[in-house]
Amino acid sequence: MSGVFKAVMGRAIIWLPYLWLLIFFLAPFFLVAKLSVSQTAIAQPPYLPVLTMGEGLSGWWADFKTFAFDNYAFLATDSLYWKGYLSSLQIAFISTLLTLVIGYPLAYGMARAPRTMRPLLLMLVILPFWTSFLIRVYAWIGILKKEGLLNQFLLWLGLISEPLTVLNTDVAVYIGIVYSYLPFMVLPLYANLERQDGTLLEAASDLGCNRFSAFWQITWPLSRPGVIAGCFLVFIPAVGEFVIPSLLGGSSTLMIGRILFDEFFLNRDWPISSAVAVLLLLILIVPIMLFQRSEARAREMAKGVGP
Amino acid sequence: MNRNWTAFNITSVVFGFAFLYIPILLLIIYSFNESKLVTVWAGFSTKWYAAAFANQALVDAAWVTFQVAFISASIATVLGTMAAMALVRYTRFNGRFLFSGMIYAPLVMPEVITGLSLLLLFVAIGLDRGMLTVILAHITFSMCFVAVVVQSRLSTMDASLEEAALDLGATPTRAFFSVTLPLILPAVLAGWMLAFTLSLDDLVIAQFNSGPGATTLPMKIFSQVRLGVTPEINAVCTILVAIVTTGVVIASISMKRQEIARQRAQQLAAQA
Repeated sequence: MSGVFKAVMGRAIIWLPYLWLLIFFLAPFFLVAKLSVSQTAIAQPPYLPVLTMGEGLSGWWADFKTFAFDNYAFLATDSLYWKGYLSSLQIAFISTLLTLVIGYPLAYGMARAPRTMRPLLLMLVILPFWTSFLIRVYAWIGILKKEGLLNQFLLWLGLISEPLTVLNTDVAVYIGIVYSYLPFMVLPLYANLERQDGTLLEAASDLGCNRFSAFWQITWPLSRPGVIAGCFLVFIPAVGEFVIPSLLGGSSTLMIGRILFDEFFLNRDWPISSAVAVLLLLILIVPIMLFQRSEARAREMAKGVGP
Repeated sequence: MNRNWTAFNITSVVFGFAFLYIPILLLIIYSFNESKLVTVWAGFSTKWYAAAFANQALVDAAWVTFQVAFISASIATVLGTMAAMALVRYTRFNGRFLFSGMIYAPLVMPEVITGLSLLLLFVAIGLDRGMLTVILAHITFSMCFVAVVVQSRLSTMDASLEEAALDLGATPTRAFFSVTLPLILPAVLAGWMLAFTLSLDDLVIAQFNSGPGATTLPMKIFSQVRLGVTPEINAVCTILVAIVTTGVVIASISMKRQEIARQRAQQLAAQA
């Protein structure tokens, strides 16, 4: 008896977190999927139940026929939604590229810094990552608004004669995403670049390769895993971003995270917001799986090569 | 990879950090501004801090937030460390693929989806929304971050130390607490800190899962920010940034010290 007890307890480190995630992470997705096919109702909670337990399989089949796929039909017909998805993907894609363009030289510079300085530089990248996301987005409002610090500065320099409108435009959303997600790009890139073997570059230069082509032929291809990890870490959450478009974006900035939020809190339409969430998840499932695969592979590699 | 630190490298590092830090610095500077107009400097003053502390709704929200962050980070650290142990020590068990998937997916899952799905769970099981539901929600996503942080430490740790303890007759529990845990403690503490700040920071998931009387500080800040930038909010934000920065700096210094002590001990052991 106690042997069985021990075996069960020994495995508690598996089943306890496993069970937690099954209940609080996986099961809720089925509830979202279920709600996305039910009707809106003026009730508390505001929808009609489907798939009620207790009627057995035949009851479920009967229920299935009453599934209201009209929520999805509605998403397809109302251009707000598909435009929202497209524009979220576009904004996330462009911001990811911008983050890469700014983050790569930064990570590269950090990786080539004197060895003693690197821990400090790494800490400086991690620190904003710990400070509140909301606060960092909020900080930009004071900078970007019409009478804000950026305009004051540019006017003082004489570069512009009239204040620019940046806040409440898509430009502000790009700035916000690049700024907030920059550490997510820099950290995997730095981890990769820092580990690269400097002798490869020496060999290249001994063989007559100039710096520029040595970078493109050696450093860049070797840094691909870091680039991929960084891009996923920025792109996937950026597609569903809510805080940045709602604080920095304008009324014409369509992002699906914001549409979902408004659908839920302003229109109190739970089934439609569930349908929006299901579609968003379906769009993101491929990048999420790719991200997981690249993470798992990176871990296997680290195990094989590590000390 | 340290050949020469070129001017280009230095410039990109300087510009990168300027971009990361200037907005926060401006926010801090303008929290000490006398004027109510956030962007016009009118002399040094700490009156907005006094105003923030006098604002009962803000103080209440801060108290709720700290309770939620403390409790959820502590439970998430236990669960996340277990999950990390499970992933590193048991390389094959039924459903391991799903398990690791559920650990990595929340790291990138858009918050609106996590928030909505958890809310539907709480409605389905009839749990009233309030502080408890926010805590449960925060444990769920932050335990995955803890698991990833602890896992990377565990996988570089020498497993033979734990095996030696088991061979010498220690129970698995005893071996964990007297051998493994001290070795991975820096990562566990870092995981706790990360979970704490993630909870402190979260707006979207709290918005979905919170109920009356459980307004968190980010929810409060968000609702005020929508009405415009105020120096009072700048002051609150500065306090939060100061707390987190101090915590992170202290934690990283103490981790560094421990690391040095550990290396020294290993050297001594190797010589003996």
